[in-house]
Amino acid sequence: MFTGPFLAGLIVFVYIPIGWSAWLSFFEARSTVTPTEFVGFANYVDMLTDGDFMTSLGTFTVFAAIVVPVTWAVSLGLALLVHRLRFMKAFFRSVFFLPTAVSFVAASLIWKMSIFSGVRFGLANTVLNLFGVDSVAWLASPDPPWYWLVIVTVRLWLQSGFYMILFLAALQNIPAELYEAAAIDGAKRGWQTFRYITLPQLRATSTAVILLLLIAAYQAFDEFYNLLAKTTWGRPPLVELYQTALGENQDYGRGSAGALILTALICAVTLLQGRLLGFGRGEGER
Amino acid sequence: MRASNQWDRRSVLRAAGGIAALGALAACGSNNGRSGGSGSGKELTQYFHAYGEPGTQEALKRYAKGFGKADVRTQWITGDNFENKLFSALLSSDAPDVFEFHPQVHMVRAGQILPLDDIIEPVKADFNAADIASHTVDGKVWGVRMIDDPQFFFYRKSLLEKAGIAPPQTLDELIEAAAKLTTDKVKGVFLGNKLHAIVRPLIWASGADTLDEKNRIAYHTDQVAANLGKLRTLFTSGHQLLDAPSDFWDPSALVQGLTAIQWCGMWAMPAMQQALGDDLGVFPFPSAAPGAEPAVYNGGWSMFVSSKAKDKDLAKEYVKWLWIDQKQHQEDWALSYGFHIPPRTSIANSAEKLKSGLPAEGVRLFNEFGHFDNPMWTQAMIVAHEDVMADCVRSDMAPEAALDKADKKVEDELRKLS
Repeated sequence: MFTGPFLAGLIVFVYIPIGWSAWLSFFEARSTVTPTEFVGFANYVDMLTDGDFMTSLGTFTVFAAIVVPVTWAVSLGLALLVHRLRFMKAFFRSVFFLPTAVSFVAASLIWKMSIFSGVRFGLANTVLNLFGVDSVAWLASPDPPWYWLVIVTVRLWLQSGFYMILFLAALQNIPAELYEAAAIDGAKRGWQTFRYITLPQLRATSTAVILLLLIAAYQAFDEFYNLLAKTTWGRPPLVELYQTALGENQDYGRGSAGALILTALICAVTLLQGRLLGFGRGEGER
Repeated sequence: MRASNQWDRRSVLRAAGGIAALGALAACGSNNGRSGGSGSGKELTQYFHAYGEPGTQEALKRYAKGFGKADVRTQWITGDNFENKLFSALLSSDAPDVFEFHPQVHMVRAGQILPLDDIIEPVKADFNAADIASHTVDGKVWGVRMIDDPQFFFYRKSLLEKAGIAPPQTLDELIEAAAKLTTDKVKGVFLGNKLHAIVRPLIWASGADTLDEKNRIAYHTDQVAANLGKLRTLFTSGHQLLDAPSDFWDPSALVQGLTAIQWCGMWAMPAMQQALGDDLGVFPFPSAAPGAEPAVYNGGWSMFVSSKAKDKDLAKEYVKWLWIDQKQHQEDWALSYGFHIPPRTSIANSAEKLKSGLPAEGVRLFNEFGHFDNPMWTQAMIVAHEDVMADCVRSDMAPEAALDKADKKVEDELRKLS
């Protein structure tokens, strides 16, 4: 009885749309969600042979390959920094964590219009001009691909604080005795202690952080959509599908086919990832 | 022991519930665009994109309040994705009753809009004939034009004089002018951040067209490909303003001194004149092929009635009331905020503000070089062409390859619509 409303919501808002989407993917469905012209697997073939959709998968791969390790390193670095602070600890934790509360859309607009505006009074260009470097049009062109700098920095600013908190919690759980024993055994403070004690002790947290970062990368939409409006580059799969189905093209058949292809791909990658990282296996099975 | 003033979970939930209820009550009292005065109990919803000129939103709500037969709710859609929101809404059960857009055949084919011949017929002769033609599909008129918006280049006279150059007559001259006008503070020309607005003017000025009279591709010519290559040269020259804080539709780039020449619409003329006084001139997209005419895109907005309108007759009656009968509102809408050309000849002829000076020059360019919307040129085709600009001008794809890519999408679209 308690689960009834949630189950109803799940059916109405999740399962029926997924089913409807699967049905639409076999129809010619331009500007309509109640199509009549059955086209078989034509929409799937179109999406798989459409360069834009395949390029979007490449864009996601580049994005994940940059943003996952960089965020991991930055959030761990911040956690180590804040963990060792002797004063104003709460202040600095708050400063690094607060951006988490900012929306991706608002942050993207600040990045686009204030910091990385292509004109001479954008913050980044003002700094460059001080050093005698000409202004850069950060988002105008993919050559050189400065847009990655804008996209990665906005995401770093927004999410590093959250992962810093996870690492901070893990750091606080490392027993002090380990460091004391290492000191007695002659381990030097700094890199040696970090390499042989801190990092191995953070392994479980690191695995969880990497998984969360990958999931977040899969869901990337807002910053790409707002920073790279109507470009043909820098479109991750969700933006590409949005433009195909819900954007100005209104092609629900191809959009649905692309969504199902992407779902299958995410399932396959998740299973592979679980296998590689050993997530979900018991200690004894490792 | 817990302090007496400490919040427990239940009191927090109770407070949250109270705030939610207050929020709902507050929403009832907010200014949501309904007139609330007719008492008829009937409601209409109209969708508008957010116009940049101050006072436009209030004006629309004020007009709607005067319609006594229904409360008219206005959805003022901000941002850069009016088309996305409108198209999605038109498929849902919550479609707007009336909305503004451009005449495009796919809405007719998909049965999304109603023909409006019955309300237009009595005044058809008073409308700009080209506007009527652009709204006619299968012999029926599907929308009522509200405003015509010519788009052309605006320039700072003083900067061109200082550089010793006249307004460009050809695309080559425009590129040369951009180089001469560029300094460490000012870029020569601004074509918009995405370059989308100049796609069609470039095609027309290249002596081509989007589609021919038999609805076949007419834009894919050697001259268009060559001109796309020229624009790539301009894009990489450092003489074109890139990544401005706002796009072509906003006069800021010219007004703030970021550029000497800017592509924009006549709607921004009053704001530019206010900021720059007489230091302002206009010229069309210059000829981009031997013997080809310069080009002006006559954009604009029109009202359509959704076929999903809950009360179709009432929705049509509202459109007739506001955009055919209420001439004082139409004149106010066209001339009191930005400058637009009224599509009704009788209103345009009496518009004093458009009879002299720079506005009159804008009207001349509109009449002499203007190209109106082709209803067969749909949003999917527009997007395919805008991608060409991104592909070959902004990212160095070969123009031929970019045009081939657009051909595939346009052919696909034409096949579906035939």
